[in-house]
Amino acid sequence: MEGLAGYLIPFVTFAGIYAVLSLGLNMQWGLTGLFNIGIVAFAGAGAYTSALLTRNPSDIFLLGLGLPFPVGLLGAMLVAAILALFVGWITIRLRADYLAIATIGIGEIVRLVLKNEGWLTNGVRGLDRIDRPIIPRGDYGSNLVYMIVVLLLVLAVYLLFERARRSPWGRVLRAVRDNELTAMAAGKNVVSYRLQAFVLGAAVMGLAGALWGHFVGFISPEAFMPMQITFLTWVMLIAGGSGNNKGAILGAVVIWTIWSSSQILTGYLPNELATQAGAIRMLLVGVMLILVLLYRSEGLLSEGHQREQDIRRQRESGG
Amino acid sequence: MLEVRDIYGGYGGVDILNGVSLTVKPGEMVVIIGPNGAGKSTVMKAVFGLVKVREGTISFEEKEITNLLPNEVTQRSICYVPQTENIFPTLTIAENLDMGAFIRNDDYSHQVEMVYELFPILREKRRLPAGSLSGGQRQMVAMGRALMLEPRLLLLDEPTAGLAPAIVEDMFAMIKKINDLGVSILMVEQNAKHALGMADRGYVLTTGQNRIDDTGPNLLNNREVAEMFLGG
Amino acid sequence: MAEILQLLIFGVVLGSILALGAVGLSLVYGILRFAHFAHGDLMTLGAYFALTLIVSLQLPFFLALPVSAAATILVALLADKLVYRPLRRTQPVILLIASVGIALILRSAIQLIWGSRVHTYGQGIQMPYRIADITIKPDHILIVVGSIALITAMHFFLKNTKIGKAMRAMSDNRDLAQVTGIDTDRIILWTWGIGILLASCGGMFLALDTQLHPVIGWRLLLPIFAAAILGGIGRPYGAIAGGLVIGLAQELSTLAISPAYKPAVAFALMVVVLIVRPKGIFAGRSI
Repeated sequence: MEGLAGYLIPFVTFAGIYAVLSLGLNMQWGLTGLFNIGIVAFAGAGAYTSALLTRNPSDIFLLGLGLPFPVGLLGAMLVAAILALFVGWITIRLRADYLAIATIGIGEIVRLVLKNEGWLTNGVRGLDRIDRPIIPRGDYGSNLVYMIVVLLLVLAVYLLFERARRSPWGRVLRAVRDNELTAMAAGKNVVSYRLQAFVLGAAVMGLAGALWGHFVGFISPEAFMPMQITFLTWVMLIAGGSGNNKGAILGAVVIWTIWSSSQILTGYLPNELATQAGAIRMLLVGVMLILVLLYRSEGLLSEGHQREQDIRRQRESGG
Repeated sequence: MLEVRDIYGGYGGVDILNGVSLTVKPGEMVVIIGPNGAGKSTVMKAVFGLVKVREGTISFEEKEITNLLPNEVTQRSICYVPQTENIFPTLTIAENLDMGAFIRNDDYSHQVEMVYELFPILREKRRLPAGSLSGGQRQMVAMGRALMLEPRLLLLDEPTAGLAPAIVEDMFAMIKKINDLGVSILMVEQNAKHALGMADRGYVLTTGQNRIDDTGPNLLNNREVAEMFLGG
Repeated sequence: MAEILQLLIFGVVLGSILALGAVGLSLVYGILRFAHFAHGDLMTLGAYFALTLIVSLQLPFFLALPVSAAATILVALLADKLVYRPLRRTQPVILLIASVGIALILRSAIQLIWGSRVHTYGQGIQMPYRIADITIKPDHILIVVGSIALITAMHFFLKNTKIGKAMRAMSDNRDLAQVTGIDTDRIILWTWGIGILLASCGGMFLALDTQLHPVIGWRLLLPIFAAAILGGIGRPYGAIAGGLVIGLAQELSTLAISPAYKPAVAFALMVVVLIVRPKGIFAGRSI
């Protein structure tokens, strides 16, 4: 039983972290139609911010303020939000494919900064000894407690975003996504709404990044595997149903299960192939992405399904 | 030659045409007029395969062509000139004509000559990009492009739309010339009066259905038509 | 002064490679109507096919070039048939994401087949030409001349052949091209052919100038897009100028900022263009 729990708890924790990422992306793409391929920039910024805020300074690398965990999380969200505000202000007016390229650019630049500005980030050596709240890493129950923290945050983000989606604000976002001209004609400040959604989604991505850092205990520009994080999240969202918060979580769980299984399988590979495990998994991401587009582009829980539920709920409450 | 029998169809499952019929006999010029939204352009697009026909049949020279793809319809010697965006703007006039003749494998220089004779100003400007021309000249290029396959039936969608009144006259004259060369013409037009003056026969369409059809002169003298379209 | 001239030379070399990529990208964008994110990795693939031909089969570079290009084109056509074709009717963004998937597959396949260590074409030490204080490697001349030759050939093709004109027609007005009876499927095959011919050669030139490793193409994707956007995306001739501008800008920027941030220069230029003149700096002129 110990062995199984030992495997399941990290599994659920990572699934939860990816669920938060998917929820953030859903806010940007599913709800508002903003195409962000630079997810890793916001998650990475969040991870580094939280690490720098909560770490105790060491002899090797001096930066670290030793602040408590919640401050770290909030700081992560704030920095990610500010980055998104800056990026969004420049690029939010762009067409979908231009925005995509611009967000790749942001991802690249953040990666370069993390790598080269060693005075702030310790460069390629990364930051270690990022600790956990309540029960420190290594102590009994630490994993379990941390998992619960992550799951609570997933729930919180989900409830918040669901509320937002069904609110008048959410309706305006969807109107903007579907028909910009009509929304503009109705007097809505399209740019402002999109920016709000972009920033909100990015803040949540920053949160996910911070959660990652505290879980793993070590972050570096390479450890933050852009390919994996950005594209896995996209696969998760498309598979689960973009436009759909429940779908985002479901997609995260399903795809993470497939991904973890592949990690187990490549673990069994003979040594020569094992070093290629990363490439095999990247291949898997690519294939999944294409399969999901060819066969499931509406997703497991489609937007239509969600809308039916909303209408039924409205009717039942006499609305 | 062309027989459209009681067709229903439209875009995305919504019917715009609710039982339209018309015919074009060899050598005729037939005009379709009617208020906006009546389905005039839609009929033409249905003949050319750009709009799905749900019910009813279309046949050309005794053979059925309902719901054929546009390039298949073109191969049957029917060519179509859309109302807007009907030229390749960055290509020269000569290249536009080349594109019209794309599916031909023979020497078509005689046809190019014919088009230049019909529209002399195009010969003069043939090395200029088509997008730099005036509205009337662009229409000429569009029509010239469609003539490159020597079609037996030419479909024209509002050829004088957006043209200055002085040019409208010339345009109609050129269309008449094309008809005189033996090309049957089915034309949708807003300039009802002028179009009917030239046409052999006309169809009046309202809300996707036939309203009146008669010969050109008769329609011109028809009181109802006059009230609806000819400004009284 | 000499330093600036030297950087100018590097800039022209890089710019030529970027131009080869950007022109192909613009062709695909104009005719197939989507941003092809696998373009960089196809460049990498071309470079790696050449690696096998040159190192394992001992072919000289000049022969490896066309053979590798042909192989890369086949891969692109396969991707088109299996993935892009079924998705032709969907939104451009879906095709963009699909091309990202293809890019990942290509990159990982390259790593699996050829490994992730660095390779070179092993052409031996070259004696550079020295003029005053500037050095020019013979490879640099090969790259620039080769790029000019390829682009001139493409220009001739677009201007004078039936298929070339049809490609320009489709780029202008796809619906009208179909109405005219042009076989759009065939034109699409030719578009891939020419676009990927240029891209794979660009990849081989890049590997010749630097080194081979699995992400060289992907790293170039951002500057290539920047070049294409600068020239007006969908306009192959604009892309040539765009490539040179980005190449020169990136190299000259090292006078002021750290070389590690070179990609940031391309990105910054691109963002400026997107905000100020989204149609590209040559807006208003025809192909």
